[in-house]
Amino acid sequence: MSEYEKVLLKNVGKPNSRQLATYVEGGGYSGAKRALEHTPDDVIDVVKRANLRGRGGAGFPAGVKWTFLPKDREVTYLCVNADESEPPTFSNRVLMEEDPHQLLEGILIAGYATQATVAYLYMRAEFTEQYHIMQKAIDEAYEAGYFGKNILNSGYSLECYIHRGAGAYVCGEETGLIESLEGKRGWPRIKPPFPAIQGAFGKPTVVNNVETLANLPHIVNRGADWFLGIGPEGSSGPKLFCISGAVKKPGCYEGAMDFSVRELIESDRFGGGMRDGLKVKAVMPGGISMGILTADELDMKMDFSDPAKYGLLGLGTASAIVIDDRTDIRQVLRNVARFFAHESCGQCTQCREGTSWMYKMTNRVERGLGRMQDIELLGEIPAKMGMMPGLSICGLSDGAAFAISTIVEKFRSELEDYVRNENDDAVRIALEIAN
Amino acid sequence: MAWKAIDRVNAPAEESPSLSEPLKEKIRGFFDRYPTKRAVLIPALHMIQDDHGYVGWKAMEEVAELLEITPSDVFDTVSFYSHFWTHPKGEKVVMACRSISCDLLGADRVLDECKKVLGIGDHETTPDGKYSLMTEECLAACDHGPCLMINEKMHKCVDPANVRKILEDDANDKLDIPRSNLYDGANRTSA
Ligand SMILES: Cc1cc2nc3c(=O)[nH]c(=O)nc-3n(C[C@H](O)[C@H](O)[C@H](O)COP(=O)(O)O)c2cc1C
Ligand code: SF4
Ligand code: FES
Repeated sequence: MSEYEKVLLKNVGKPNSRQLATYVEGGGYSGAKRALEHTPDDVIDVVKRANLRGRGGAGFPAGVKWTFLPKDREVTYLCVNADESEPPTFSNRVLMEEDPHQLLEGILIAGYATQATVAYLYMRAEFTEQYHIMQKAIDEAYEAGYFGKNILNSGYSLECYIHRGAGAYVCGEETGLIESLEGKRGWPRIKPPFPAIQGAFGKPTVVNNVETLANLPHIVNRGADWFLGIGPEGSSGPKLFCISGAVKKPGCYEGAMDFSVRELIESDRFGGGMRDGLKVKAVMPGGISMGILTADELDMKMDFSDPAKYGLLGLGTASAIVIDDRTDIRQVLRNVARFFAHESCGQCTQCREGTSWMYKMTNRVERGLGRMQDIELLGEIPAKMGMMPGLSICGLSDGAAFAISTIVEKFRSELEDYVRNENDDAVRIALEIAN
Repeated sequence: MAWKAIDRVNAPAEESPSLSEPLKEKIRGFFDRYPTKRAVLIPALHMIQDDHGYVGWKAMEEVAELLEITPSDVFDTVSFYSHFWTHPKGEKVVMACRSISCDLLGADRVLDECKKVLGIGDHETTPDGKYSLMTEECLAACDHGPCLMINEKMHKCVDPANVRKILEDDANDKLDIPRSNLYDGANRTSA
């Protein structure tokens, strides 16, 4: 793990870090000014060279995504994804709460690079405090001329509005978000066409995560080489990591992507070790959708490429839940299954039915009414529901599949033991329920 | 066993409030933010729910007219989102997080305590109309689990022993930062 100087969180803890004056005093909006002095293509170019990979979960390079926009377009929309609903992720919350202008500067740069006319900041409904903070910051930015017509006399104009969601995880998926922005239910769209060609209101649209955009002022100011110099190849740049669960210092931390899950838990820079002398039993290191690691797999590096070697879907949101050795794995399994059953939007049969079916089984298993067959099925269903086998419309089903199948695979003997040993009790519980 | 049929023909229509003129004006104020009127629906529903406490049938019909869409389009959207409700709830809605981090930190004990103090179950409202209780998925404050949200206010690191104190505090849903009233209804008086 290398020495690291904070970039994204450098203003956290400063007095009045939310105010425009404080932000500008620390050099804020100089990146946007610099960007406006160059052509949009110059800005896309530096972001492309920096290989800024999306922080929203999929890791797609932002600069490359912007080049998919058709050349002859008249209207472009920028959607900023602040739906942040993946348990246990809260890094976007910290960015908006503590340093709203950093995000707004990023929005202005991305807007200019893509020649967007309107930026919609899509915030989940439960972001209440954060919404008031962001709206105040937007008002300040308008007043200072960073949004509106002819920004800083550059000739470029951009409006920035907050669009509040209303409680649906699937609206974090980019096309679900677009549907929700249009006033409809948040049902993800079949792709292609991709949003870059036909997105919000049928127009070319870019969807980027809050953390992705927060990187832009720094890339424009310090250059692509600076960015590439942080962390390993393919996973460069500053990154936020969340950690929660059985550790001493749960929270949101910043670093390069050059350390392991073990370091994330143990290091004083991050989690500070396990609390109350507990031991690690398992970790879900990238948000629950990415899958689980056992205590023997803590050497996994928190970067874009290592998770696949451990059977995980990806780095995801780089947010770890640390599960201690007193926890019954059945509780974790049931909780995760319930989440996906509750959040599946219901468009695709195998996602809608599969997630509720799995929840029913995990519920049974947790209550001591499980059957060996349930465990077989919990291993089998996930393989037949996701986008990976080309069956469903969005990635929620893959998240459900990876979360559940990795738990069942990696903790199979523990689950089987429960089922084997609790069958006598099962009869008693079944009788209790019946009476 | 006898059948008890509902006489839908002669049943009185369900009473629900209309949109006031100031509320309609506030909704129209959002028109120039989006290229379509339909896109104003979700902001409008937030404002309606803030004014009326819920989104009733009448409001759905009237907002449909305002946005030039059908009432069924409105219902389609309302019914999809867990934060809009079609019938009145308590003045304060308590949302208890039940996702993984909070769960492992004892969210069920916090929820049980809420049920005990309020005397109601999940998705129920107290008889005096003061409180409703709901469970929610991750509230994006997992570093401070278990979490409870009361209207706009997040309560972090909630100890079951403190739940009664939290619920008895009159200001338990008030934020201590400057608010924006953009998404509020037209009738909200407190800043
Ligand atoms: C079910 C589901 C939920 C998602 N939720 C979020 C989210 O809350 N925030 C986010 O930024 N991306 C989320 N994504 C990823 C987005 O679809 C999209 O890839 C991302 O916003 C692109 O931004 P980026 O390239 O800057 O990462 C989700 C994806 C899926 C399949
Ligand atoms: S995969 Fe699931 S969440 Fe995604 S569109 Fe299909 S049913 Fe909806
Ligand atoms: S799990 Fe409760 S706030 Fe995230």
